[in-house]
Order: sequence, then structure tokens, then C-alpha cells
Amino acid sequence: MYTQGLDAKAEQGAQPSPRLVTEQEAALQGRFQERVDAEEKIEPRDWMPEGYRRTLVRQISQHAHSEIVGMLPEGNWITRAPTLRRKVALLAKVQDEGGHGLYLYSAAETLGVSRDELVGQLLSGKAKYSSIFNYPTPTWADIGAIGWLVDGAAIMNQVPLCRCSYGPYARAMVRICREESFHQRQGYELMLALAQGTPEQKRMAQDALNRWWWPSLMMFGPSDDQSAHSAQNMAWKIKRFSNDELRQRFVDATVPQAEFLGLTIPDPELRFNAGTGHYEFGAIDWTEFNEILKGNGPCNRERIEARRKVWDDGAWVREAATAHAAKRKQRALKKAG
Amino acid sequence: MSTDLKDALFGYTLRLGDTSLVLGHRLSEWCGHAPELEEDIALTNVALDLVGHARMLLTYAGELEGKGRDEDRLAYRRDVFDYRNHLLVEQPNRDFGHTIVRQFLHDVWAVELYERLCASRDETLAGIAAKAVKEVRYHVRHSGDWLIRLGDGTDVSHARVADALGRLWPYTGEMFERDEAEQALVAAGIVPDPAELKAAWTARVEAVLEEATLDRPADGWMQKGGRRGEHSEHLGYLLAEMQFLPRAYPDANW
Repeated sequence: MYTQGLDAKAEQGAQPSPRLVTEQEAALQGRFQERVDAEEKIEPRDWMPEGYRRTLVRQISQHAHSEIVGMLPEGNWITRAPTLRRKVALLAKVQDEGGHGLYLYSAAETLGVSRDELVGQLLSGKAKYSSIFNYPTPTWADIGAIGWLVDGAAIMNQVPLCRCSYGPYARAMVRICREESFHQRQGYELMLALAQGTPEQKRMAQDALNRWWWPSLMMFGPSDDQSAHSAQNMAWKIKRFSNDELRQRFVDATVPQAEFLGLTIPDPELRFNAGTGHYEFGAIDWTEFNEILKGNGPCNRERIEARRKVWDDGAWVREAATAHAAKRKQRALKKAG
Repeated sequence: MSTDLKDALFGYTLRLGDTSLVLGHRLSEWCGHAPELEEDIALTNVALDLVGHARMLLTYAGELEGKGRDEDRLAYRRDVFDYRNHLLVEQPNRDFGHTIVRQFLHDVWAVELYERLCASRDETLAGIAAKAVKEVRYHVRHSGDWLIRLGDGTDVSHARVADALGRLWPYTGEMFERDEAEQALVAAGIVPDPAELKAAWTARVEAVLEEATLDRPADGWMQKGGRRGEHSEHLGYLLAEMQFLPRAYPDANW
């Protein structure tokens, strides 16, 4: 899973601070940019501009939150998976998302913020997560559609992040991308079983495609002309390709897959342009996207409520674990003393 | 193998498969909702192992039965009175404390059982046990460690697991029941003697309870019936949820 194009919200972090830059800082920044330009990895102890650090904390933590919130819509079908093989595959997949959340929180922690602080930002509503997870999963075909489309879009976004200038993030992404590719194939295979199944199953598959197609395209974030702050992230090599470039790649890769399934992409304007070798597609309804960002999506409330409930219900368990660890330590000290 | 013995082994394998499946299903309800991210991953691991055991066991049960039922046919097309799991594992998750107590009481039984089943004269069952035993040894470490943490944690956590222990203890007697069919399997060296299991189980459970500063509940009246298809009200809802798709679309392949 992945967070949508983050630059729409990342501007604040990327803006240079208004105070004057000292000569020494200017030299450090120059050296930093040279290293980035030379494709050297920036490591946690290295000097880095404050804006770079803030942008990364925001992006990595949003990405981590998205993994964790993303466990909910898919987890919704674990207890209802139609075969034991599918049940195991879905459980393992949702577990992988949790693992991705874990590596990403760890990567964010290398930048000097704690996981608890980041989780607190998610629960208070301060931090964002990918809007895609504010859509519901009413049918089993949604599990296929999420794997195929949402993970497919995530891979387009994430593969370039494996070359991100920040070392810990780039390394986490290598592992995540490997697993996401597996999830995407699994999702597609699930869709294939439905598309080749009974008329009712095929209807289920088409319905899911109808609902997930446009939100998947929105995962790449606003159009380039609306996304003025990509430039700094490009220079820092946090971002490698523009939102529109990545979106186009996704459409080009996905349309033939839908054709193979015998499903129809819900876009009457979709056509192949033999001259450019790309598919042209209709205009995206950004009103819906913006409303979801504002909290008005079909599941925004449920998702955050579910995460808050987990946090609140788990408090006594975490307190017990801490208390027990302290007791053990004390007993060990007594014994040693 | 005689027909009677084969029938008995079918019943035994089905019980074991159902118990793993129902417990795996219960644990899978935690996925995405556990108290900590690490614990979410750990509980899901255990759920994955248990559903994996269920798949092997139900597949083998279907073969023994010889009526062409595969793992999914057995899992998804039987109603409550044909399920043979222990009542313990169908009890709801309630809170993390109940989940851990239920898991621990089961895990200790599973370790003792699979360790002995590795030596079964039935090669298939011995093979399944050899794979499962490695996993359930990890499970019991996990649930036992948590029971100690919660029992010997705060007053609140102690009270919660003590309550769970009292509530779930009456479901433990069923794990050591023995009927005639099972007696024949014991005599044939295919399955271990439940009496022997009970002694080993009690010793292990008591050791962990002591470390967890929890009192062992008295063995009073025990709830029984799961092994004969007499279940609590909880199982019907679990099956309704689990079996929804294959029941709603009986001709579909997934």
C-alpha cells in the first residue's frame, strides 16, 4: 500500500525557513546537494537541511500510517474469505502491511521522532494517510481490486523511492516493493478467478473495478500544474518522477490487464493514441478527492475510530508489559546486589 | 487399517482440524486490531499457522472419509452440529487477556499432543504433527510469556486475566475426554492416551500460572459437548461469517 502523491500536503516542509542562512549553513547545504546530485545516500547521522528532514518525516510517517490504516479495509474480509487458501493469503497480506508499517516507522525514527509521537499525530487527525483507504470494501471483489489496482498504483509510486536519497527510506522501500509486487499479482489472480467465474462473480469484479478505478488514479496526487512544490523534492531526490508521469505509466500498464480480464474500465473517454503510444483518459474529478482529504470520505470516521479504539483498548496491555518489565529488572538487580 | 479404525481416525483428525480452524479464525479477528503493531503481527502469525494446520488435517480427514470432501468442503459446508472443535476455542476474543488465556490453555495441550503424535503409527498424522510441533512450541512461548506479563503486570491486568482464567477453565476438561473410538486409536498406537496428556498439561500450566502469580482454578463442573457437535451459541455466528460466500454463491469457484 502507499500514500498518495504527498507533495500536495508536503509544501510546508519543503519551504526554506524565512531566517537568514549563515555562510556556514550555505556551505553545508551546498555540500549536501552535491552528495545528493552524486546519488550518494544520506544517512541518519549526516547533516541535512531542516526542510529535507521535515519533508521526509512527513512522507515516511504518512506512508507508515497508510500501511496501518490500509490493514482495515482488507482486514474487513479476513473472516469471510471464501476458501482456506484465500484466507491464508489475505491474512499474510494484511500482516505484510503491518510489517511495512513497522519498517517505515523505524525509518522515520532515524530522523529523530518516536513512533508514539507519530501514532499520536495519526490519532489526533494531524497526520494524513492515503485517502484511498477511506473507501469501503463491501464485496469480496474489493480485495482483488485493491491488490490489483491500489497495490499496482503503489508500486508505480514506490519503485522510484527505492532510489530515494535518504538511505533508511530507500532500503525499507526495496523490501516493501518486493512484497507489494507479490500482492499485486495475487490481487490480479483473484480478479481473474472472478472474471472467469459465474455471471454473479463477474458482476462483482466489474462493480469493484468501477468503484476503485478513479480513486486509484487519484493516488498519484494532483496534476503537475497543481503541484508546484514537486521541484524541491525532485532536487532532493526524494521524488524522481512527476505525479502525471507516474499516473500515465499506471494507466498504460493497467488498461491491457483489464482487457485481458474482460472487464470495462469506467471511462468513456479512454482511448489508445497510436502516435504517442499512450492511453488517453478522461478528466479526474478532484472535488471528490478534496472532500475525502477534508474528512468527508465514506469511511474517514470509521478508520480513525478503529485506530483510536485499538490504541485505547490496548492501553492496559501496554501498561502491564511496562510494569512487568520494570518488576523483572528490579528483581534481577536485587539478585545481583 | 480396519474400517472402524479408519472411521475413528477420521473423527479424530476432523476434531483436531476443526479445533485448529476455529481458533485460527478467532485469532484472525485480531488482525489490524491488536494492542501493539508487533503483537498484531505475532497473533496473525499464530493464526496463519493454525489455519495451515487445519488445512492439512481437514484434507487428510477428507481422504480418510473417502467421500470426496476436500478442506473447503469440510470447512465451508458443515453446520454447527457437524463441527467437532473444542468449546474452548470457539469462545469469543472478548479482550486481549481472554484471548491470551484461551490461547495458552490450548497451546500447552497442542504441544503435548503434537510431540506425542510425532510418534504415531499413522504416517500421515505423524508427518503433520512433525510440522505442527515446531510451530506450536513457538505459540506456547508467546502465549505463556504474555500470560506472565499480564498476570504479573499491573493490578488491572492481573484482575483481567484472573477473570479470564476462571471463565475459561471449565472448558479445559473436554480436551482430555476419551470415547470408545479414541480408545481404539490409543490401543493401536495411533494417538496418545489423553490421561497422559492431562498430567503433562497440568504440570506445564501450573508452572506458568505460578510465575504469572495466578491461582489455578479448581476443577469443578466441566463444559463438554464440542467433540460431539454440541456447541455454544458463539460458533453459529462464527460459521455464518466464515461460510457466507460459499453459501451465498454455491456454484462459484474462488
